[in-house]
Amino acid sequence: MTKIAAITFLFLAGAAGLHAARVSDVSSTDWTGQAARFLSLRDPAVRYAAGGAVLMGVCCGVLGGFVVVRKMALMGDTLSHAVLPGVALGFLWNLSKDPVAVFIGATAAGLLGTSLVRAITHTTRLKEDAALGLVLASFFALGACLVTMIQRLPTGNKSGVDKFLFGQAAAITAGDIGLMLAVTALVLGLVFLFYKELLVVSFDGGFARASGLPVVWLDRGLMLLLAFSVVIALQAVGAVLVSAMLITPAAAAYLLTDRLHRLLALAAAFGVAAGVVGAFFSFLGHNLPTGPLMVIGASTVFTGAFLLGPRHGVIARWWRRRDRAARTRRENTLKSLYRVCEEREFAGEGVSLTELARLRRETIEDAQRLGDELARHGLATRTDGMIYFTPSGRQRAAEIVRNHRLWELYLTNSANIAADHVHEDAEKIEHVLGEEVVRELERRLNYAERDPHGRHIPSVADIHRSAGLSGEARPR
Amino acid sequence: MSATSPDPAALEIHDLTVSYHRKPVLWGVDLAVPRGRLIGIVGPNGAGKSTLIKACMGLLPLNSGWVKVFDRPLPEVVTRVGYVPQRESVDWDFPVNVMDVVLMGRYGRLGLLRRPGAKDREAARACLDKVGMLPFANRQIANLSGGQQQRVFLARALAQEADLYFMDEPFAGVDAATESAIIAVLRELRDMGKTLLVVHHDLPTARSYFDMLLLLNMNVVAFGPTAEVFTSELLQKTYGGRLTILSEVAQAVGAQE
Repeated sequence: MTKIAAITFLFLAGAAGLHAARVSDVSSTDWTGQAARFLSLRDPAVRYAAGGAVLMGVCCGVLGGFVVVRKMALMGDTLSHAVLPGVALGFLWNLSKDPVAVFIGATAAGLLGTSLVRAITHTTRLKEDAALGLVLASFFALGACLVTMIQRLPTGNKSGVDKFLFGQAAAITAGDIGLMLAVTALVLGLVFLFYKELLVVSFDGGFARASGLPVVWLDRGLMLLLAFSVVIALQAVGAVLVSAMLITPAAAAYLLTDRLHRLLALAAAFGVAAGVVGAFFSFLGHNLPTGPLMVIGASTVFTGAFLLGPRHGVIARWWRRRDRAARTRRENTLKSLYRVCEEREFAGEGVSLTELARLRRETIEDAQRLGDELARHGLATRTDGMIYFTPSGRQRAAEIVRNHRLWELYLTNSANIAADHVHEDAEKIEHVLGEEVVRELERRLNYAERDPHGRHIPSVADIHRSAGLSGEARPR
Repeated sequence: MSATSPDPAALEIHDLTVSYHRKPVLWGVDLAVPRGRLIGIVGPNGAGKSTLIKACMGLLPLNSGWVKVFDRPLPEVVTRVGYVPQRESVDWDFPVNVMDVVLMGRYGRLGLLRRPGAKDREAARACLDKVGMLPFANRQIANLSGGQQQRVFLARALAQEADLYFMDEPFAGVDAATESAIIAVLRELRDMGKTLLVVHHDLPTARSYFDMLLLLNMNVVAFGPTAEVFTSELLQKTYGGRLTILSEVAQAVGAQE
């Protein structure tokens, strides 16, 4: 809670500072003009901002993929907050925003923070989550104090240090871009070269060590790369929110794919998209802090994946459930039709709506609706007041009845469940039994012909014959 | 405790002590495991069964003692050692498919930087076929049953083409069909001259599955051919005063007679 309050305070302070900056460079163009300026990439400052956002997105996306699958999200959060005092010290080194000094200071602080976490968990009874929270808060507090101090220094060019809190893509310089390019190339190169090692270490560290792979060095290397990319992302996203750029694009990708290499590629793409969108809106809003805008972009991507993902998405799951429910309803209708036919020993064709409604203890309107639904799916045809099986409908009906009765028989025979207890269970199972399981059940039950209630169990031959016969008898 | 025979022992352990948080879990373990045997490691919960095999593979720091594999220190012969970890030790939602996992068995042999090629894929497919999981090669691992997951782990170990295997409860929580499939593969490996050490929980089946038994409770209670070691006296010594286990032991021994 206090952390959130502190962040809100810093954000407001930062926004106030930026407001002043905005007034000083009031541009005559309206927002369409600004958008055109950004999209044309004519302006070198725009080119640096957009390029920085792309490089940040690639780096954070790829390494974020590992962070998410290795369940290191909290470690990433701590690392990204722990770099702040290092940024300030790097700045103090020669009182200017020298990218290399800031880079070295920030990386050192980040690694010191993560080593402290390890030291605390190894030497005390505290668990990792407490150690992470402790280091995160204390390093960030120290960093915040140093940053405020620097801003009050009477000498030196102190412009830019406050931008490390919430990020400002427009403040990215040619020197920053060079450093970002170098780190991105290093990250992509090493991840490509050591992909198989990183895969096995992330999935099963014990097995990797037993295979003789240098697991400790791989873990340390990954942590170092992570620190590098957090530091190069600082300028664009800011220390407060940079961990979101590690976690959010990768989390979205995790919902969409089942293979690690695809996850990494998708996460990088999402990172780039979020970065560029954030930089664009920051530019549109006359240098609003970019970090929050980028994170909002990434969160939008995540929301999209959460809702629209084809396999794990909420909407797809809801749709599948609805689909299943509809199929179950149709199959139950088919079963009722079959029962009506069975009661009159399959004499005559078609079932009247009245008969169906009577069997199901429903109204004629309900029966009509169910019959129309079957007709829409090609399982039955409808004439006035009557329903006729199509061949496929008749076959499916016999299958469902067979599944139901086989399962009832199996439960009473093999599981010793009383005959009056098995109906409910069979009602559910009949819709999901696969052909293979059915054959196995038939074999185990010695091709029994009667269910526990003494009713005929349709055999495979019956089912195929019935389909053929009803096809011939079908009214045209 | 010496390997004077012309064939050095597959595994030799001398005065091994391992502790967690300063509490010893294994204490002064001496062991010489002959080659080409299928060996069950049994003992009560907390007896140090998993700890023993992890220590042998260098996954845990040793307080004292040494481990030699085929008469060499482990790092020199690491590619001759295969491992089946406990199924719960990994996250089965991890974004990999069955083939990816089995290919990991080839990584140790490939060494750093080299990528698995067509030959490794062929070998992995053969291993999957052996455990009856080839049709599932492209399946995401989260969509497997417990028994199928265990078979995938076994296939990965087969892909290691090792000579000495450590397996941590490969029969835990699997269906009967998987259990018999696994034991068939283990026997086949044994017949090929490989040595297998298998942590096992179920006493009655231990008697029929393994050539030799290692009765473990902090240190070695007994190690020898199953027929000699599987006695109510030694099992009682291993399991101490645990009543439920004792009755199980009595039943198991009774069934033998």
